[in-house]
Amino acid sequence: MISDYLAEFFGNKYLGYLVSAALPLFMWILPYALYAVYAERKVSAFMQDRIGPNRVGPKGLFQTIADILKLIQKEDIVPASADKLLFVTAPYVIFAGTFAAFAALPFSSVYIGSNIDLGVFYIMAVSSFSVIGILMAGWAGNNKYSLYGAMRSVAQIVSYEVPALLALVTAIMVIGSLNLNEISQMQTSRFWNWWIFGGPVDGIQKFLYIFPMIVAFLIFFIASLAEVNRTPFDIPEAESELVAGFHTEYTGMKFAMFFLAEYGNMFVVSAISVSIFFGGWQSPFGYLGNSIGINWLIPVEQVFWFLFKGALLVLIQMWLRWTLPRLRVDQLMSLCWKYLTPYAFINLVIVGIITLIK
Amino acid sequence: MKQYLRNTWLGIYTILVGMKVTISHLFKPKVTIQYPDVRVQLPERARNRLYVNMDDCIGCDQCARACPVDCIEIETVKAVPGEDLGTTSNGKRKALWVTKFDIDIAKCCYCALCVYPCPTECIWMTDVYEFSEYRREDLIYHFSTLTPEEALQKKLNYQKFEAEKARQKAAQAVASNPQSKQDSGNQN
Repeated sequence: MISDYLAEFFGNKYLGYLVSAALPLFMWILPYALYAVYAERKVSAFMQDRIGPNRVGPKGLFQTIADILKLIQKEDIVPASADKLLFVTAPYVIFAGTFAAFAALPFSSVYIGSNIDLGVFYIMAVSSFSVIGILMAGWAGNNKYSLYGAMRSVAQIVSYEVPALLALVTAIMVIGSLNLNEISQMQTSRFWNWWIFGGPVDGIQKFLYIFPMIVAFLIFFIASLAEVNRTPFDIPEAESELVAGFHTEYTGMKFAMFFLAEYGNMFVVSAISVSIFFGGWQSPFGYLGNSIGINWLIPVEQVFWFLFKGALLVLIQMWLRWTLPRLRVDQLMSLCWKYLTPYAFINLVIVGIITLIK
Repeated sequence: MKQYLRNTWLGIYTILVGMKVTISHLFKPKVTIQYPDVRVQLPERARNRLYVNMDDCIGCDQCARACPVDCIEIETVKAVPGEDLGTTSNGKRKALWVTKFDIDIAKCCYCALCVYPCPTECIWMTDVYEFSEYRREDLIYHFSTLTPEEALQKKLNYQKFEAEKARQKAAQAVASNPQSKQDSGNQN
């Protein structure tokens, strides 16, 4: 694992661990978030027949860098009537939840922060951590819009955790492992071994699994959209109703932290989908490194495939955002409890029956 | 139950339709006009900033009178006989020094009513529409080609000429006939 390798490289265990913890932040989350914001703006612009940012740098590529430089210079305002401690810590709590999830994401067969056996469980657990941060932010702002946003957000995330986990359990039941690295390793060699296409199973069961797996993926995808507060489930930060929802009172870098956490979360949920349903870091059609005999190229290709698939799912999230209008609160709840949860249960039972056929 | 399944199907189907619409817009030509770089062609009779060609202006004051918001201010001074002011491009002889021709474009309502009565067609609407200023006074455009000193000079010239004429007339009247004093008074 990378942390052990770095510990050996630096000759100091803690320094190695520290560097390996900071690696995904500086190598991936920050550049990814910068360019995901840029991509979001470009995608939205293109879908509305506009051009989007195109002034800062070629094709506007430095737009978000300019934005972040501006945010750094902004005054850091703490409202006089705010709960200071909660107000200051909330953005970091939210970001910590996002960042902690990156620890168990298998970027490639050799690069995974922590190769724990409870990977999926751990990620689902720490990403719900952001609920606490959101509630803290909404409450500490001492603003009615913030509190409304936070309450809606908590209600939404707690509700949608149910179908999301049921969908994941459906897949996990077939896979038989919670270790994300192991799950990725199973779906080897070709894309028809991905779990969404029935996985590396022999016989009739492979074909029987395809449909329930697609349903499980769709339910997880929809529920995960709600968990990261993206449109059509963005009622916690509904601009037209609540100003900016739970982060109404935040300025400067604290506001940027919320953005970073949101885009980080988008990638985390996409990465879980990728690892479980779309083969993780596996290439869909063999490795270039294998065919030309360069061994060190394989992990690099694996990182590429993992990030590529994750980014593709993030793009689909953006695509959905600029397609669908926001759901009303009652529609949101009825979608979760009346549609997604029953379907997830039925799917679970069907997959259970298929697993029994031997 | 049937309604339930139908709702589910409709939910999935309509989302896919919506996604198809948005993805198709990705590849459509953009409608944005990059304004400061690219400008839309203005309509032929677009009304924007006024311009006055002072070479042709005869100081007839018709534009100022036509203006519904009184944004044009004209002051003129008659030319002294010796001075030649030249002619306008359509052959009219100029007889007045235009000492002041101010247009307060901030007041202007772009009705173009001043354009039509002009006998020499020297005032017209240009296609310039970007002329914002930081101070309101900067929006008063001075079109007169005479400097304030020159304008003062012309005024003094004319007053001198008038005074000369009046003096001459008085002298003449006294010399010829004291009885015709009444007539000369009428003439004045």
